[in-house]
Amino acid sequence: MSTKSGFPRFVYIFVTFFLIAPLIVLVVASFNASRSMQWERFSLEWYRRLFFQSRDLWRAVRNSVVIALSSATVATIIGSLAAIGIRWGRFRLKSYVQTVTLMPLLLPEIILGVSLLIFFASIGVPLGLGTIFIAHTCFNLPFVILIVLARLEEFDFSIIEAAYDLGARERDTLIRVIVPVSMPGILSAFLTAVTLSLEDFVITFFVAGPGSTTLPLYVYSAIRFGVSPVINALSVVMIAVTVALVLLARNMLKYIAK
Amino acid sequence: MYQTPAIAGSPVLTVRKNVLTVRRNVLTHQRKRDILVDVAPGRPNTRRRQSGKLKGSEVRIDGVDKAFGEFPALIDVSLTVKKGEFFSLLGPSGCGKTTLLRIIAGFETPDVGSVLIDDVDILPIPPNRRHVNTVFQSYALFPHLSVFENIAFPLRLRGLGEKVVTQRVESYIELVRLHGQARKMPSQISGGQKQRVAIARALINEPDVLLLDEPLSALDAKLRQQLLIELDTIHDSVGVTFIYVTHDQQEALSVSDRVAVMNLGRVLQIGAPFEIYEQPADEFVANFIGDTNIQPAVVTSVEGELSRLDAEGLGPVVVTCDVPPEPGHTVRHTIRPEKIRISKKRPEGLAPNTNILQGLVDERIYSGFQSKFFVELPSGYVIKAFQQHARFLDDGPEIEWKDPVWVWWNANDGYVVTPRGGDE
Repeated sequence: MSTKSGFPRFVYIFVTFFLIAPLIVLVVASFNASRSMQWERFSLEWYRRLFFQSRDLWRAVRNSVVIALSSATVATIIGSLAAIGIRWGRFRLKSYVQTVTLMPLLLPEIILGVSLLIFFASIGVPLGLGTIFIAHTCFNLPFVILIVLARLEEFDFSIIEAAYDLGARERDTLIRVIVPVSMPGILSAFLTAVTLSLEDFVITFFVAGPGSTTLPLYVYSAIRFGVSPVINALSVVMIAVTVALVLLARNMLKYIAK
Repeated sequence: MYQTPAIAGSPVLTVRKNVLTVRRNVLTHQRKRDILVDVAPGRPNTRRRQSGKLKGSEVRIDGVDKAFGEFPALIDVSLTVKKGEFFSLLGPSGCGKTTLLRIIAGFETPDVGSVLIDDVDILPIPPNRRHVNTVFQSYALFPHLSVFENIAFPLRLRGLGEKVVTQRVESYIELVRLHGQARKMPSQISGGQKQRVAIARALINEPDVLLLDEPLSALDAKLRQQLLIELDTIHDSVGVTFIYVTHDQQEALSVSDRVAVMNLGRVLQIGAPFEIYEQPADEFVANFIGDTNIQPAVVTSVEGELSRLDAEGLGPVVVTCDVPPEPGHTVRHTIRPEKIRISKKRPEGLAPNTNILQGLVDERIYSGFQSKFFVELPSGYVIKAFQQHARFLDDGPEIEWKDPVWVWWNANDGYVVTPRGGDE
């Protein structure tokens, strides 16, 4: 780091402060016995309430996890196949297909949310977990396609020709060669999709129905009546889980890349 | 080990002198080949024929055209690869040799023409159902599978039992000498080893034809030589038809039974390595294969087999031709540098019809087994003459830079070719 000007160091401290400080405040507050920001004494009260007296919250968590895993799985399967098709398929309008699939990435979420809502209403689909699942799968697709495509770009096409040459049918080639070799890309696409789905608020807000509250929706509605320290405790648990997942994913990718 | 007789085999050269009078007609070639087979019993082809282990197929390519957009990659290509032959497609990059190989493999479809394997039209058959396997230039190993599983891949597709797979894979690991590497991943082995895996993988299905797309081009020179010899040995032991694509004339000459020289989408000449080298069909082949001196020349007179030419830079030369050129026509006269003798003293008692010229040594390149002399003639033309160092010290005084020297060659060693082939 440059010592001539204090600027880089200043930026460094500034960024660290605003990134880390809120998290520290959150962690501290979750262990505070008081509801207010004033420190009273150390307590695990909010954690007790989080784990034993928050049935609605856990239902929301369960909804979120179910939606995240299912929509990420479906989006990963469809998106990976789409990426393979875009990379190697020979069909008319290929470039248009590619552009259209990437559209949801560029559209503001609110427009996507509104249009999905109008669409579901017009074809008479009742709002609920089903519509959330469809919406999440839809907005996850372009991310999966982009991530898998990036992996396929560095793929030596001659190994596909080699597979055909050695007697593989199209399906053998897909299952025995393309998918295993693209696995790092597919896995990171899946993890990205899970994350995006877990945290999505805007689109979910439009397409959720009664009884299909996800975690972000629950947190939002809880906060409207003042920040409950239970939410703080939940946040700390989520931070811990996220850090654990990231570390796991990183090690896993490293292992696969070998 | 079998070597190209015309270059390395002195028996052939001796034989050749005996048939000098009827040289360069088809009959002689035939006889020469027969003699060749006799004096070189180690030739792979003969050995295979004797042991009766001919498993490969005949490949017949008939009138194949292929264009990529406006670019004609192949123009009216016809050739027949015999059963069990080691056949090379040789030419500079972009000559169409790889396209032809990919058509046989099934990755490209010709615009016109047919491809027959043992008289069966294979064009409607997709690549995965052709009994043809390819060794790719980039190896194309499956990065997620071990050496063992790479080789086992075709067997796994066929759903063979574990016991059969292990046994077969191990025998092929033996064949390509990869003992102890079976559990390694492709990223953990060297380029030469990767290519051996690719060869084993392509052979394990016992194809009728094995296609090799510049398989050695990514390896260093020494390893290339070694793998080339191994390829020849493998070819002997499996008896499959090999079609080998290369731009390296040394590779093609040293292992092939026959070579097709290609340029700009056309086959210019098909023949045994010594035919390609000694009797090039045109200027392109003469230039592309080996080193040569080549000059435009006007035919001044023809007396039977002997033609007199006025060659650019050399002046009047005599050359024997079995098909005499038309007087007055412009042809190309070519003489291989190793057939030119060089000496500081004027040679005595020369045979009739010897071309002899005087010049100054412009440069000498010593390379151990031979010296390359670049001799500047009075016309300013620089002629190449290679002298083999067959003995510890060659006779006569050492030839140095700027020495006046005599260079000479027999009319019989010169050759007349048509101007550049392959061009439109």
